[in-house]
Amino acid sequence: MSNIVVDKSKVPWWVSNVIVPLVNLTLALLVSGLFIFIAGENPIEAVKLIIFGSFGYIQGFAYTLYYTTNFIFTGLAFAVAFHCRLFNIGGEGQAYIGGLGVFLVAINLSFLPIPIVWLLSICGAFLFGAAWAYIPAYLQSKRGSHVVITTIMFNFIASSLMIFLLVDVIRDTNQMAPHTVKLPEAIWLPSFEAFSGILGIKIRYSPLNLTFLLAIASLFFVWFLVWKTKWGYEMRAVGHNTQAAIYAGISPHKNIIIAMCISGGLAGLLGVNEILGVSHKIQAGFPAGYGFTGIAVALMGRNHPIGILPAAFLFGILYQGGSEVTFEMPNITRYMFVAVQGLIILFSGALENLFRPQIESFFVRRLNKEVNA
Amino acid sequence: MVSPILELTNINKSFGHVQANKNINLKINKGTIHGIIGENGAGKSTLMSIVFGLYQANSGSIKINGKEINLRSPRDSIVNGIGMVHQHFMLVENFTVLENIILGFEGETVFGEKLANAKKDLEELCKTYNFNIDLDATIADLSVGFRQRVEILKSLYRGAEILILDEPTGVLTPQEVDELFKILRSLKEEGKTIVLITHKLIEIMDLTSEVSVMRQGEMVGHTKTQDTNKEQLAEMMVGRSVLLRVDKKEIKKGEVIFKVNNLSVKDDLDVIRVKNINLEIRSGEILGIAGVTGNGQTELLEALSGIRKVESGNIQLFGEKISDQDNFLNPRMLKEKGLAHVPEDRQRMGLISDFKAHENLIFGYHDQEPFSKSAVLNNKEITEYSSKIMQEYDVRPNSPNLITSNFSGGNQQKIILSRELNENPKVLLVGQPTRGVDIGAIEFIHQRLIDMRDRGAAILLASVELDEILSLSDRIIVMFDGKIVGEKENKNVTDRELGLLMAGVA
Repeated sequence: MSNIVVDKSKVPWWVSNVIVPLVNLTLALLVSGLFIFIAGENPIEAVKLIIFGSFGYIQGFAYTLYYTTNFIFTGLAFAVAFHCRLFNIGGEGQAYIGGLGVFLVAINLSFLPIPIVWLLSICGAFLFGAAWAYIPAYLQSKRGSHVVITTIMFNFIASSLMIFLLVDVIRDTNQMAPHTVKLPEAIWLPSFEAFSGILGIKIRYSPLNLTFLLAIASLFFVWFLVWKTKWGYEMRAVGHNTQAAIYAGISPHKNIIIAMCISGGLAGLLGVNEILGVSHKIQAGFPAGYGFTGIAVALMGRNHPIGILPAAFLFGILYQGGSEVTFEMPNITRYMFVAVQGLIILFSGALENLFRPQIESFFVRRLNKEVNA
Repeated sequence: MVSPILELTNINKSFGHVQANKNINLKINKGTIHGIIGENGAGKSTLMSIVFGLYQANSGSIKINGKEINLRSPRDSIVNGIGMVHQHFMLVENFTVLENIILGFEGETVFGEKLANAKKDLEELCKTYNFNIDLDATIADLSVGFRQRVEILKSLYRGAEILILDEPTGVLTPQEVDELFKILRSLKEEGKTIVLITHKLIEIMDLTSEVSVMRQGEMVGHTKTQDTNKEQLAEMMVGRSVLLRVDKKEIKKGEVIFKVNNLSVKDDLDVIRVKNINLEIRSGEILGIAGVTGNGQTELLEALSGIRKVESGNIQLFGEKISDQDNFLNPRMLKEKGLAHVPEDRQRMGLISDFKAHENLIFGYHDQEPFSKSAVLNNKEITEYSSKIMQEYDVRPNSPNLITSNFSGGNQQKIILSRELNENPKVLLVGQPTRGVDIGAIEFIHQRLIDMRDRGAAILLASVELDEILSLSDRIIVMFDGKIVGEKENKNVTDRELGLLMAGVA
């Protein structure tokens, strides 16, 4: 018998960070396939449709990236708060109020040079989202009211507040529906269709716009903030061990508020994509569940920007590919894809450790064989 | 030659690149008390966790009564007659003693006959070993010593023939230690085998008949206890001879730099725990606070270090008032004024176990140059500094990127000390600097504290180890029930004198 042994810690990093999530994802998709089969459609055809719908043609791919943009914002929002061990379930409401911020800034300051309007609108989105997160943060840090409860309640308050505003205060009075007037066309963010002309492709319409680059920048921003600055360091310290943080002179109150405000601000940026980029007006209910799905994106991406990017992209594929399937397959409704999302969350979140031990010990055995050969 | 009840052959176990156990061989004979001694991080607890089935060895074999067995979980070990009492008890606090003991072995859905039988059996066991436990008492109401007895009783009830105790005396008062030793001896009389893991030499000499010594993951010796002595064991443990007393020369004390006037402090439950305390410390002086745990030392240190609010009175540093009931400086401001604090409880307060070592080495100083500049952390500086200071304080392994919880207790303590001492504080508050720390590290830590004193720092040392207080302090105060009940120059003071004061009888 040889004495050279390999244990779990020698398993390469990609096993637990790539292989395990992929196995979980595959399982979720297999079970989803079973559902589709039961619903009377061919799962293989459905997969083909998803892939075609999200990659097969340039417009579909643009849609995929547009959804990805939203998921990056809400996923990052959840992740930042989580590093301070705060479960910010309020991304939905913060995004909604963030949208109000974009619109108010853009419509009132549209006389300024366009890049400045954009910049200020982005700030508006961030600040409004942050302000909406500030109240639960304050209640948590000073009064001990748990953010999980308060942020959920604040989603409802945000929704009611926005309905009130859209019906009674900022509605476009020329029509009956609860939405505002459109922003002046000059300040709309350039969309992908404008660029596509330059690339020599012609597409009719695409919601993908410059905000995508803002989302990519946000990924870098969060990575830098959490791991490279003393603010991130302090947030993580408070999250891991509040007592020790106090001992080191780090204020838990301050850091809870900072983490929540940055989280809320990131969620608010979703408003930039939706309002400055796509619909150019506030419509009732525009966050459409992105805030909640962001929680799943962050969980799947292990609260790290490098994980959140592919997770957001995956959910983008499911959204876009899923709608393609519902067009083509009459038995599949869009709720089926909510179930598929649910399965992915189940397998990559709750059942995360289902196969991890087996997969890891498989690699341990293999490495042992190699070492002793 | 009797065949051993437990035999380990060539056990290997590693965590990451740290090999905790290297080719361990061990034979334990039936009906003996076998001591396993070694510094913190020597691999004692790892080895015993393998025997108890909590960890699986990477290689090697375990035989019980000559039969090779495969231990995959604690349940396998229990079935094979192995019981373990952990350093931190595994009890449900709001269950009764009886409920805790039968937990997992209830044997029936609705309590009735089997519960009654269990109770009868347990009463029998208690009588045999003089346990003196009320089976219907709630765990939360029991003292630490009794909780430990419940753990032992639990193992016995589950049929343990081999009982492993991991640092059993760390949490006990001297009286409780005596009681425990009585119980262990009577267990031995009844033919049980006991494995005692400890780093206290005196316990080994007192209790065991055989002893095995571990050092840095290896078994370095087995001997009969009667054939050895403390000095020899200590030398085997650390691999060199150690001074059990600190070398401390007389130095001239300076002026008073830290002063506490009529200080009162409340705890989290709003109970006054520090009552009207006055004290002063001079430059170049170590003031020791002796006292049984829970007599206000914790709250006093927390108030002095800016963590806890002052109820009344004030604290002065260099003649300047730093805290009273209206204002108090937070720990960060106090650090800037030259006050450092090594907290009593390193896991709860001193560091963040999930952080990497280098992140803990700058903890509390992370916003100072060169570690950060305009809020951006300078990773290169931090890592360089960390590996340098880990070398200097002999933190093993010297891996700044290792997660802190992978270091042994003694090395975690060195991480805290290096961080707090490195800034050359003028005033140093130290709580339990060597709790759960091995001999080699104790000597090192003591020497560092004396060096600080010689350089003119004012040091306040709170410790439950009287030996530590006596060997380090220049002056000693005794706390009882939140008050100072005695103050002595450390000349010809006996531990008996202090003991009486600590008990509140003198």
